[in-house]
Amino acid sequence: MTREPIPRAELLRDPQHPQQGANPTATTLSRPVLAVRDVHRSFGMDTALRGVDLEVQPGEILAIMGPSGSGKSTLLHILAGVLTPDSGSAHYGSTVTSDLGEAARAKLRLSEFGFIFQFGQLLPDLSAVDNVSLPLLIAGQSREVAVRQARRWLERLGLAEHAEKLPSELSGGQAQRVAIARALVTAPKVIFADEPTGALDSLSAEQVMLTLTELSRASGTTVVLVTHDARTAAYADREVVVRDGRLSGSAR
Amino acid sequence: MATMDSSNALLGLLGTGSGYGYDLKHDYDRHFGSEKPLAFGQVYATLARLVKHGLIELLGDEAGGGPDRKRYEITEAGRDRLEEWLFEAEVPSASLQSNLFAKTIIALLLGDDAARLLDLQRAEHLQRMRELTRKKQGADLSTVLICDHALFHIEADLRWIELTSARLTELGAEVAR
Repeated sequence: MTREPIPRAELLRDPQHPQQGANPTATTLSRPVLAVRDVHRSFGMDTALRGVDLEVQPGEILAIMGPSGSGKSTLLHILAGVLTPDSGSAHYGSTVTSDLGEAARAKLRLSEFGFIFQFGQLLPDLSAVDNVSLPLLIAGQSREVAVRQARRWLERLGLAEHAEKLPSELSGGQAQRVAIARALVTAPKVIFADEPTGALDSLSAEQVMLTLTELSRASGTTVVLVTHDARTAAYADREVVVRDGRLSGSAR
Repeated sequence: MATMDSSNALLGLLGTGSGYGYDLKHDYDRHFGSEKPLAFGQVYATLARLVKHGLIELLGDEAGGGPDRKRYEITEAGRDRLEEWLFEAEVPSASLQSNLFAKTIIALLLGDDAARLLDLQRAEHLQRMRELTRKKQGADLSTVLICDHALFHIEADLRWIELTSARLTELGAEVAR
């Protein structure tokens, strides 16, 4: 694994990220950056979550584990404001995200969160550098600035030579690292990753997790990671286990 | 395979009710001894040691009879020791946790919380995996590969823990037969 060390100063280029809500201390160290309280959620007749309480501290890397169908992805989606709970509440800093409408949650996700999925997340007709610049363009950056920043991130992740390639010309591990660059390019407060190594071989999975955790730790970004893979979870600071819609084991 | 702690397993069997040495040996062999049954001599030596430590006691007047006439009962101290053993996570090692299997069976026989001890063990395993993963970062390739060897073995244990957690009800019904 030959990667250059991450220039810390650059990663910390926006330490005073705009706070959400009225309380200016919303995301200071003393309180969780994300929380859910007594959250219940069903899909038709299927109950996915039945009373979950969870807090995530700023800068923490948390793994959500559990068997298929246990509700772990639903929990991630509620923490990320993609879904809202049927009852209970979801919080980002002092913002009660479960009280926000769809448009406000979409805006929050765009400005504060980054997302990484298992596969198929890069737009197939865009090159790596265009995929990475996309979130900046959506956020209103000029094309020139967006492409420059995207190139910087690809370089930092050892992908400079692949910048012009289409996703179909990248290996699974390379594509996943481009996805990490795309998630980080807007300097999000929180990264949500749903089975980020699920489609990768062992060595690529290691490189992806090492990249993700090194960059997040260097920039103080919080990471919430859903995985059923223990070796992937071992990169986190802590794990919680969802079983039958409840948290069962929580370590240290 | 890690050696099973037969002393605590026998104590656990006595936790389900008083019994003769002869019956204890057969219960032990039924649950744990398919490949390595306990010798009678070992059973009586272990029981004598448990009596000496105050964890079990001899019942009634049969104390004067031969070894297979002696009936044993668990003491309060024995129950405390048993709970302590059940819910103390095993040190994760790169071999099958047969002690963990014994604990799971004993907990089910006692009607105790087998799911909880598996949760505690899972947490212990993941903690060890985190330590090994951290040790890999920035280490030379030999160290990385040694850590990986341990990680894969611990992961195999963990998969057994997951599978067993998912089948506890079924296992409980089987051991109760």
